[in-house]
Amino acid sequence: MGNEVDFMIHGYYKLNLFGSEVYITTTHVCMFIVCMTLIVVGIIVNRYMKHASSIPGKLQNVAEFYVETLDGIVKGNMFHHWRKYADYILTIFMFILLSNLSGIFGLRPPTADYGVTLPLALVTFFLIQFNAFRTKGVGGYMKSLTEPIPLLFPINLISEFATPVSLSLRLFGNIMGGTVMLALYYGLLPRLATLGIPVFLHVYLDIFSGAIQTYVFCMLSMVFIADRLPE
Amino acid sequence: MSNITNEGLILACSAIGAGLAMIAGIGPGVGQGIAAGHGAAAVGRNPGAKGDITSTMLLGQAVAETTGLYGLVIALILLFANPLLGKL
Repeated sequence: MGNEVDFMIHGYYKLNLFGSEVYITTTHVCMFIVCMTLIVVGIIVNRYMKHASSIPGKLQNVAEFYVETLDGIVKGNMFHHWRKYADYILTIFMFILLSNLSGIFGLRPPTADYGVTLPLALVTFFLIQFNAFRTKGVGGYMKSLTEPIPLLFPINLISEFATPVSLSLRLFGNIMGGTVMLALYYGLLPRLATLGIPVFLHVYLDIFSGAIQTYVFCMLSMVFIADRLPE
Repeated sequence: MSNITNEGLILACSAIGAGLAMIAGIGPGVGQGIAAGHGAAAVGRNPGAKGDITSTMLLGQAVAETTGLYGLVIALILLFANPLLGKL
């Protein structure tokens, strides 16, 4: 048989902050690697674009393709307020995409930890509520929760809070499910069956599922925020 | 029956509960299949709009999958991070 089945988070180093014990875990290490990759790529593309030519080379082509495609999607969903939210949407798109794909490179994806997906969904939740309060005012927003019938007030309130819960649980469940299935495959089969055959599993679970979940997270964030913006 | 400890009983019932929670996987399977059928029929009627139809269908299917994922999360919690053991 192969190694043990292992997909849990391990603590590597114990710190003692303000009297309570805090561990540096697998998620910290993997997220550090993902963020350092994004920062290094960002600095390289920034230096390169200062000498941008009108006939683009390869790196400039890829960067322009990424920004133009996603700007078009944000514009299609948010109409004339798109400029204020395009930075946020493009950043979390790149971060979640690279996190989901990092399973191919041997890391444990940081989005397979609920402590990473919940803050991402909470940022969207704060953006939605802030825009709702700013558009309608505090009284107007409370009044809009009691439409169409005042009896529906608790249901409307719960559906407001269900938005970040469902956003975070969708991303977490998909990536965690992929991680569990791959750990079961690698852990329970003999060594010979783990050479070459898991490619198909990785393609479906890591690449396809990760890319679709990224797209869905960003589309739903845009739709919910655009719902509360002034006309 | 030999002695069944309290902890053994909790673990056994958690395992049964985890299996029952995964029955929630029927719903998204049927629903997403029906949606994919409608999407394929729409592409057949209007082959030029294939890109738009595909992305709308994928978005709708990922949202509909959420309730099946709730079942998976409950099953994983019961198997690997059981909160009921500490309440003995």
